[in-house]
Amino acid sequence: MKRVIKVKNNISIISHASVGGGEERRGPLGDKLDFCDPSDTFGQSTFEVAEGECGRIALNTALTKANLSHEDLELLVAGDLQNQCVGTSLSLGSFGIPFLGIYGACSTCTEALLILSAFMDSATDMQYGGAVTTSHNSAAERQFRTPLEYGGQRSPSAQWTATAGGAFLLGRDKTKPLITEYMPGKIVDGGTLDGSNMGAAMSFAAADTIISYFNETGRKPSDFDYIVTGDLGRVGSDILEDILSRELPGAECFHRDCGLMLYDTSRQDAHSGASGCGTSAAVLSAYFLPLLESGKIRRILLLSTGALMSPSSILQGQNIAGIAPLIRIDSPISS
Amino acid sequence: MKNSEKQLLIKKHSPHSNIVKNFLISFVFGGLICGVGECLFLLYKSLTGDTELSSLLVTLTLIFIASILTGIGVFDRIAKHAGAGTLVPVTGFANAVVSEAMDSQSEGYVLGVGAKIFTVAGPVILFGTACGVVYGIIYFLLSFFGAV
Repeated sequence: MKRVIKVKNNISIISHASVGGGEERRGPLGDKLDFCDPSDTFGQSTFEVAEGECGRIALNTALTKANLSHEDLELLVAGDLQNQCVGTSLSLGSFGIPFLGIYGACSTCTEALLILSAFMDSATDMQYGGAVTTSHNSAAERQFRTPLEYGGQRSPSAQWTATAGGAFLLGRDKTKPLITEYMPGKIVDGGTLDGSNMGAAMSFAAADTIISYFNETGRKPSDFDYIVTGDLGRVGSDILEDILSRELPGAECFHRDCGLMLYDTSRQDAHSGASGCGTSAAVLSAYFLPLLESGKIRRILLLSTGALMSPSSILQGQNIAGIAPLIRIDSPISS
Repeated sequence: MKNSEKQLLIKKHSPHSNIVKNFLISFVFGGLICGVGECLFLLYKSLTGDTELSSLLVTLTLIFIASILTGIGVFDRIAKHAGAGTLVPVTGFANAVVSEAMDSQSEGYVLGVGAKIFTVAGPVILFGTACGVVYGIIYFLLSFFGAV
């Protein structure tokens, strides 16, 4: 079965923006994020709406950077971490852009870029499209875990859902980072129903995608500067690197995890690292894309990792499933 | 990869909670709360002279303090370290109810706060009441046969 699909036309990330909350501002990438609100409310009365507003700010910032208007966008592919993607639909509806709402848990960022690339590759007269992804700590805690002020202890393997978002505008400018390949992920059983160890549950899906990619293309891990996963955190990264060191020796040296880059876990209370679909969106925009734009790195593989479950499915004894779609992004300077 | 292999890998790489440290801290915090309760009891007893009323007032005071601390966002910061030390006494119950009420406020007072206020504390109420019924039946039977 062939899984890796080549992008035939020039599809590039012409503009992008990252947004974060207070904890993200205090993290190592805090000064690289385009906009941060230390209150996490983004001026809204509820955290659910604030999550959407985070995406609206990211999209507006990306449009402003590219000197484009929302009317220039022909398609918007977006999603968040809430039930029915309600944050996204509440906030992005006012733009009036044709919209595809998607849910890939924390894999949404790569999934949105993958779907939009595929669309633009086939619809060759389409000039601009947008991909937006957000997550909000307080909205996620309420939906998946306990009330915000509930006094409990978190497991050391638990991760901190990031209040973060990223917006990416795709166009056909060859001088911007190019999306050259994509590969949908497979749903892989995570082997656990521990909701506070989702990094572990997602690591097997990431391993499946990475190993399948290199087996199918025949490339070597050293052809890439980084193999970037979304939000495996400390535990998930350790498991992935353990598997890679046996199945694809050497690949583990190129692995970076956005969940371990957004916070400094030695001084921030994030336990195993960051999670949430905003994590990979914000880190891609704030860290990896500037490196690709300047030619400091040649190419990366990006796999945002998603834990597919609901609070009910866990209580009903169903294992958490993982998914890890992949896109390859090349620097315009070295390619 | 088989599920059993996955579970082995997860077990190998997942860190454990520091049980000894957690036990000690929760013991100290739990003891501290009970100590405060005892002091309050002695105070109320000296004021009212009524043992039953004083016990009731102690419970009410601890619930009140825990609720206020939850409301101003302090309780969860203490509980993060105290663990079962703040969870097991009546303070944990108060926190579970108040935190859920705060969260549900944006969804309205009837279907939000009203419907969801016992989401976390509900099991304690249900099984607490059920245990009370069982205890009552046993007590009744024992007293019926003159055992107590």
